[in-house]
Amino acid sequence: MKKLLPLLGFIFSFNALAEPRATGDLGVVIEREDGNALIINTSERKQLAKIEQLGDLSHASVVFSRDQRYAYVFGRDGGLTKIDMLNDAISQRIIQAGNSIGGAISQDGRLIAVSNYTPGGVKVFSAETLELLADIPAEYDDGKLSKVVGLVDAPGQRFVFSLFDAGEIWLLDVKNPKQPAVQKFKNIGKQPYDALISPDGRYYLAGLFGEPGLALLDLWSPEAGIKRVLPDYGKKDDKLPVYKMPHLEGWAMAGDYLFVPAIGKHEVLVIDKQNWQLVKAIPVAGQPVFVMARPDGRNIWVNFAFPDNHQLQIIDVKDLSLIKTLTPGKAVLHMEFTPRGEHVWVAARDDNQVIVYDTETLQEITRLPAHTPNGIFFSSRAHKVGL
Amino acid sequence: MRKLLLLLALLAGPCFAGEPAPDRQDALRNLLKHDCGACHGLSLKGGMGPALLPEVLAGKPDDFLADTILNGRQGTAMPPWRQFISHDEALWLIGVLRKSDY
Repeated sequence: MKKLLPLLGFIFSFNALAEPRATGDLGVVIEREDGNALIINTSERKQLAKIEQLGDLSHASVVFSRDQRYAYVFGRDGGLTKIDMLNDAISQRIIQAGNSIGGAISQDGRLIAVSNYTPGGVKVFSAETLELLADIPAEYDDGKLSKVVGLVDAPGQRFVFSLFDAGEIWLLDVKNPKQPAVQKFKNIGKQPYDALISPDGRYYLAGLFGEPGLALLDLWSPEAGIKRVLPDYGKKDDKLPVYKMPHLEGWAMAGDYLFVPAIGKHEVLVIDKQNWQLVKAIPVAGQPVFVMARPDGRNIWVNFAFPDNHQLQIIDVKDLSLIKTLTPGKAVLHMEFTPRGEHVWVAARDDNQVIVYDTETLQEITRLPAHTPNGIFFSSRAHKVGL
Repeated sequence: MRKLLLLLALLAGPCFAGEPAPDRQDALRNLLKHDCGACHGLSLKGGMGPALLPEVLAGKPDDFLADTILNGRQGTAMPPWRQFISHDEALWLIGVLRKSDY
């Protein structure tokens, strides 16, 4: 009998776990209209579970814990939800603001920061418990609050973000999370709409909506202040209407080049990282929204704002030319590469489909149903600065 | 015949001259939810753009709102939609917003 008990215990614990699940090849697909998150497996290319009732996910983003077990979903309505991908369940959920745009996880994985529109500012939470640790209102001009965009993590247990209404960049040191230290950079340019940090964590770049160009902060020499990149580009031309704000994220760096969407011009701008000069403006099908490098940097995938959002275009980095236009479906909102880039998953909102492409042959591999998908996030982001 | 026309007009109820056809209404509602919603929020409680809830729009005249939709607002991120939405359709959308009928 004594021998039997451990055996029984083993059998029970095994049953309780059902199938052991690794999380390194998992991901989350956001269903915008229903407020759901689908947990998917990128190796088997199938849906594992649906997590419901996450609120208004009309704009949603996701970061992952460094053990790749938890996905933190930032919703439009200020909801912050911690999803346990091992157990297909919500482990914590709070409403931390009235209107929110995105978030980041700290270098050590212990802190979650959220950027808010209402009330404008950043809040820092314990990644474990979602307990509020710090509240940083984005104050400018004697008490006005700015919408906060472009929040990323940076080496040295820091966060960096931009103030849309104030035209400032703030560098937040959270080594002591209950007493964070803020360094402010003012007059960085009008209306920064989003930002990226280079994959090595050195350069923070905010795109400007209210005037041409970008604002650059070198985190190796913050004392040098903000440098403006392409401040005169397209200054004299009439701007085309922008029906969706572009997004900037760290994937847009490939080799020596940075690829960014032009604003109010149907172009992808190629900037040389050595001297921050324009190498080429590549004409594309519409206002670019996401400009993303395949993980090996060999080509760049671009999607577009309304009314050109049924297309994807692919740029060859070798000669900076367009090589292909794909038409995956209606309202292509987002894409995500598998960890080493052999596939890309594409969200087609109005077709209720996620389409998987082979990034070498550019052929479609499969489709998965998803209701109004608008964001795809893989757990491999857990180990990348700025994602 | 005159009576019949009057009856038809009555049956049609609130339908006025500029009301879009049903399938166009669906398309406009989809546009409102998703493309306007990209900045104003899926539930239209605001985002990069302001909230579009009835209490926020109260006191703002139809002409002003239609002009904002069709021609955009300089100095903000609001683009002109006149290429995609007619004046009558803009007025119909404003009615939808005022009644939270989306």
